[in-house]
Amino acid sequence: MAQALNRAMRDAMAEDPDVHVMGEDVGTLGGVFRVTDGLTREFGEERCTDTPLAEAGILGTAVGMAMYGLRPVVEMQFDAFAYPSFEQLASHVAKMRNRTRGRLPMPITIRVPYGGGIGGVEHHSDSSEAYYMATPGLQVVTPATVADAYGLLRAAIASDDPVVFMEPKRLYWGKAEWDPEAPEQVPGVGEAVVRRSGTSATLITYGPSVPVCMEAAEAAREDGWDLEVVDLRSLVPFDEKTVVESVRRTGRAVVVHESQGFAGPGGEIAARVGERCFHYLEAPVLRVAGFDVPYPPPMLEKHHLPGVDRVLDAVARLQWESDWVEGGQ
Amino acid sequence: MTVLEQPGSYRLSPPPAWRPRVDPAPLLPDAEPYRLLGTDADLEKAPGRDVLLRLHRELVRGRRYNEQATALTRQGRLAVYPSSTGQEACEVAAALALKEQDWLFPSYRDTLAAVARGLDPVEVLTLLRGDWHHGWDPKAARVAPLSTPLATQLPHAVGLAHAARIKGDDVVALALVGDGGTSEGDFHEALNFAAVWNAPVVFLVQNNGFAISVPLAKQTAAPSLAHKAVGYGMPGRLVDGNDAVAVHSVLGEAVERARQGGGPTLVEAVTYRMEAHTNADDSTRYRTDGEVDAWRDHDPVRLLERELRERGVLDDATAEDVAEGAEEMAAGIRERMNADPELRPMDLFAEVYAEKTAQLREQAAQLRAELDAEAEGNA
Ligand SMILES: Cc1ncc(C[n+]2csc(CCOP(=O)(O)OP(=O)(O)O)c2C)c(N)n1
Repeated sequence: MAQALNRAMRDAMAEDPDVHVMGEDVGTLGGVFRVTDGLTREFGEERCTDTPLAEAGILGTAVGMAMYGLRPVVEMQFDAFAYPSFEQLASHVAKMRNRTRGRLPMPITIRVPYGGGIGGVEHHSDSSEAYYMATPGLQVVTPATVADAYGLLRAAIASDDPVVFMEPKRLYWGKAEWDPEAPEQVPGVGEAVVRRSGTSATLITYGPSVPVCMEAAEAAREDGWDLEVVDLRSLVPFDEKTVVESVRRTGRAVVVHESQGFAGPGGEIAARVGERCFHYLEAPVLRVAGFDVPYPPPMLEKHHLPGVDRVLDAVARLQWESDWVEGGQ
Repeated sequence: MTVLEQPGSYRLSPPPAWRPRVDPAPLLPDAEPYRLLGTDADLEKAPGRDVLLRLHRELVRGRRYNEQATALTRQGRLAVYPSSTGQEACEVAAALALKEQDWLFPSYRDTLAAVARGLDPVEVLTLLRGDWHHGWDPKAARVAPLSTPLATQLPHAVGLAHAARIKGDDVVALALVGDGGTSEGDFHEALNFAAVWNAPVVFLVQNNGFAISVPLAKQTAAPSLAHKAVGYGMPGRLVDGNDAVAVHSVLGEAVERARQGGGPTLVEAVTYRMEAHTNADDSTRYRTDGEVDAWRDHDPVRLLERELRERGVLDDATAEDVAEGAEEMAAGIRERMNADPELRPMDLFAEVYAEKTAQLREQAAQLRAELDAEAEGNA
């Protein structure tokens, strides 16, 4: 995935001289995850810039650059180190188009490696997507496959609105086959995709939890479940159509993500499914999420992260709930 | 004539009462880093024989600690270790400049300062081992947790020092930050608060040349990081960060000044990080062996040891004793770190709030059930 993201930036920079990459260590080092490797060599320091170590400064200057017509692609080194930039994000990046009645759009892409499962020490594994989703004016997307990593990042850079591009860092080094010479495009920002079709329940998920759900869907076959897996890809805008169609077909849904459950992304998704699918549902919409605790130290993260077993437990409860509802009739 | 008609000659004379009267000259740092080793300073008079020997002992222990911790990353016993090899003089001097009641605010690299302050060397590694976020009791040790988000601990140091003064306590706070961290907004805000409040706090910048891969020249255009002090209205001091005696002396003065009500000081110690940023970093991408080797000749441990021997302060027997002590410490760390830590998954829910929420109790029950099922499966 890291290679696909790199290729996406290279292609965007080659096509459009206004695309500029900036952040901490993105130049000489090529980023701590090597996602920007070689961009400075190819495009020069002005197009791929090692900035001073200041996230508010990075995003704040990107605002000014965007005002002048550039398309900054900003790297925040790790999820939890983006927090100093929240003032710029919430007060300016997200609101500028609206405040200026469309005269100052903010075509900024903010790349945020996020999530756990890589054994990182504290402040290196936060799932911060709920903060971004709760800020109107931002688009929030997250790829789960290598092909999507390329396509979504191209779409994000091409978008005239600010996009928070959440990179699931534990999928950076996946071994998926991918042809960098023939990269696939995605339809754009805002379309979910059915990764696996099924008939008995829908797993609604995104980013690092997609492979978990795919594995759970395989495992559930043994118990007679035929699970559909919807990969949201884009959290804002939210592709209600794909989700609603799927749940209406299957009649049951579980939302799965790593971020905390309470006031987490799944709350919004479950509520929406409840509103739009109420009469089709045979069980309450369930959520499988990370616990409502600060991200734990590496040796305990396996107990925190929602894995295949927790997803399967929830799926089993879907059946139980429906029995219970029927029994009550 | 109005001000607008005289560009460049804007003067207010006499200055209005609301403008602080600060003469910048005494605040400015020296052009060259302050040194004591290799000069004819009378070190036995100041800082004195005992301090010299303590500095030496802690330096040797510190070097050994860095080596041991790095070895533990190779054995997979530590998740990661940001070595301070090459920077031991700053670390040790920071710890030794403080009195018992003072507080230290370390960055993620400053494990050694915490150890030199007397903390259990294994507790200091907890964060990096990965069984819990933090080891020691900060209030008992008067050492704040190692701060990973850069520069964010600096305002804490200012607030604590300010609070201590409000309460009439004789407490100074010393906060450590790297050269990269000085670019963060929190650095600016902390220094400004400290100066306006005249808080008893000292800021030590360990300028080791790089913020991961980014060299100082891309971090700042200031003549030195110590120069930044002047803009806030506090003195800036520039010191050779590999000269343990000089760092100790400059920090000692700054701490004493803060203690006497003289306000904050910004100290820049010029040093070098000999290892990569962490064991996960590849430093050959951004610097050359030649550069690293040049700094090897200016090694803080050897500089002090050589000088103390030349001056007859350190003899073979003492040096041997010190080396043995360091070796013992390392063996102790090895032994304790080689045992698997006792993992307590239920601790995930402890101390998130003073009292668990209903949701956390529910989640704790879920994990309990999972663990029980797992144990049963294994039995
Ligand atoms: C707010 C924040 N942004 C980014 C990082 C990631 N990061 C960790 S260390 C580091 C470089 C720090 O350089 P410096 O302040 O010079 O300290 P040194 O590592 O040299 O001790 C970076 C960018 C972080 N920890 N915190």
